[in-house]
Amino acid sequence: MKSKVGRKKSGLKRREALAGYMFVSPWIIGVIMFLIVPLGQSFYYSLCSVKVSPKGRKFSYIQFQNYTDIFRLDVTFVENLIRYLLNTLISVPVIVVFALIIAMLLNDKNGKMKGKGFFRTIYFLPVIVVSGPVMMQLADQGATSISAMNVSGITEVLESFLPLFLVEPIVNVFNNMILILWYSGVQILIFLAALQKVDDSLYEAAKIDGGSAWECFWKITLPIIKPMILLNAIYTVIYVSSNEMNVIINSIYNDMFAVNRGFGFASAKAWLYSVVVVVIVGFFAIVLRNKDTYQAEIKKFEKQAAKRERERRRLLRRQARRSKLSRLRIGGGV
Amino acid sequence: MKVEKVAINNVTLEIRKEKVIKFLMGSKDRPGFVYSFFRYFLLIVIGFIYLYPLFYMISTSLMSLDDLLDVSINWIPSQFYIDNYINAAKAMDLWKTFIQSIIVAAVPTIIQVCSCAVIGYGFARFEFKGKRIMMGILLFSFILPKQVIMMPTYELYTKLGLIGSLNSFNLPALSGQGLNAQIFILIFYQFFRQLPQSLIEAAQIDGAGNIRTFLRIAVPSAAPAILVVFLFSFVWYWNESYLTSMFVAGLGSRTANDWSTLVVELKHFEDIYAQYNQNNQEQLRSINESIKMAGTFMTILPLLLMYAFLQKYFVESVDRTGITGE
Repeated sequence: MKSKVGRKKSGLKRREALAGYMFVSPWIIGVIMFLIVPLGQSFYYSLCSVKVSPKGRKFSYIQFQNYTDIFRLDVTFVENLIRYLLNTLISVPVIVVFALIIAMLLNDKNGKMKGKGFFRTIYFLPVIVVSGPVMMQLADQGATSISAMNVSGITEVLESFLPLFLVEPIVNVFNNMILILWYSGVQILIFLAALQKVDDSLYEAAKIDGGSAWECFWKITLPIIKPMILLNAIYTVIYVSSNEMNVIINSIYNDMFAVNRGFGFASAKAWLYSVVVVVIVGFFAIVLRNKDTYQAEIKKFEKQAAKRERERRRLLRRQARRSKLSRLRIGGGV
Repeated sequence: MKVEKVAINNVTLEIRKEKVIKFLMGSKDRPGFVYSFFRYFLLIVIGFIYLYPLFYMISTSLMSLDDLLDVSINWIPSQFYIDNYINAAKAMDLWKTFIQSIIVAAVPTIIQVCSCAVIGYGFARFEFKGKRIMMGILLFSFILPKQVIMMPTYELYTKLGLIGSLNSFNLPALSGQGLNAQIFILIFYQFFRQLPQSLIEAAQIDGAGNIRTFLRIAVPSAAPAILVVFLFSFVWYWNESYLTSMFVAGLGSRTANDWSTLVVELKHFEDIYAQYNQNNQEQLRSINESIKMAGTFMTILPLLLMYAFLQKYFVESVDRTGITGE
């Protein structure tokens, strides 16, 4: 009887799983065809020298020479990569903080603020419009920097106390101020949605205890929206890295069809680039990870409770066994 | 008597002063004037900076060459001058390109919406082995720069004969690997997870199979998510220039055709402008900033119009789809 029930349950489970696989199967095929196999191939390419001949492409295995060639031959690529790294590390926090500020300005719970929808519409507009060629045209015209801002003055001040390699990315932020603001449309909305879900009673309780708005922000708002900060940071990194304005991406594309460099070299570049991107994402994930929050505490507590429960059961079982044994013994005695 | 009056005056003054302070600084219930003023001021100023490139684009695109060179004219052109638009439209072959843009954006989008809904439902509704790993791969493929797999994908498409046809967008979209498909799958995943389980169970007790449950219960209730995915997918396909020119137009391959979208045309604006002058009897005005800006504005105009009508859905999308996690 018992085994039959068990089998029936597993049968249902199996049917569920089958249906699940059926629904997901297009994705599985797609991932294998368009992700995993190409990924392996591109890694193989990056270890090969690919020559185009009339008969087709010829691959000859040359170990890591493509990678060393990047450092040996293409100095500008390495320079650009370092510049990209610094730019991203500096501009991502700027974008996230800016998005948070705008979201907090727009956030109001009581519905007293006028024109909220209007402002939201404006701040989200760039997400619709932004694309590589459009940005390129605008940047060409100098429409992406604020002309009233005195960048050279800022540069001078920064140069007086910062090392040179740090000055450039910071100045870059000021130079492309509007671009950076334009990148924060989605982030503003994500923050806004998160802010509106913060429980009002928390602020009331804090106010009764004499907390100022400043303290409320650091002690209540920030911890609650911390996961969103991580999400936004990662989103921003990916958005900036896959942007068509990116110099590195363009150089990879150009090398792909270049006669002297070819697939192998471009693949090696792409791999190096993706390692850098993953490292940046990992960096932000580690810096912004959830340490010691309320949720983590709850999880810890639940784990402990489960452990205690297990032990209690084991004890009960042992007791039952013992009493059974002793009963047997008594029975045997009689 | 006099003293009393002064005292009363003092008191009223005090009260008035307090009132003013209250008005400026606010009380517990309502924010003060200073705060509100500051807030609106910041929002408006930053909003202006946000829209500055667009204003600049519109204003420059309406300037004639004389206006452009005139130092005294900064923002408002001396006359309403649409010649720039006519020139740019001719160079871009506006109508043909516009219709092709819509096709290139809409067809893969429709396919993508269908496939992502199915996949998202599969992830949200069923438990099966390896689901966690698959979700991990999904997220990882979002982080991974697309350039890594670009070259083998190009090879693959060449082998399958997809280069130079719209199928090079359709096939990946069909298998959930289209442009930013990971985000869309996650949107559907979140949405279907919030669907009450009892609804699905009720349908199944009534004898509906999985497919029928999906079509009859899940899809109709997911209308907001479908709309959001459709809009974003459309916008992103519209704005994609590199993949379009490489895969759909098959630039530089044997099977190249003359598929083109507005964004692609804009990318090579100067070239196509020169080309038009070479091939045609009628000569266009020599290229200048205004014409470029006119071309740029025409490229984004359809999206702006769409946004004007549907902005509510765009803006509320993030709330509705529960990206922020419940």
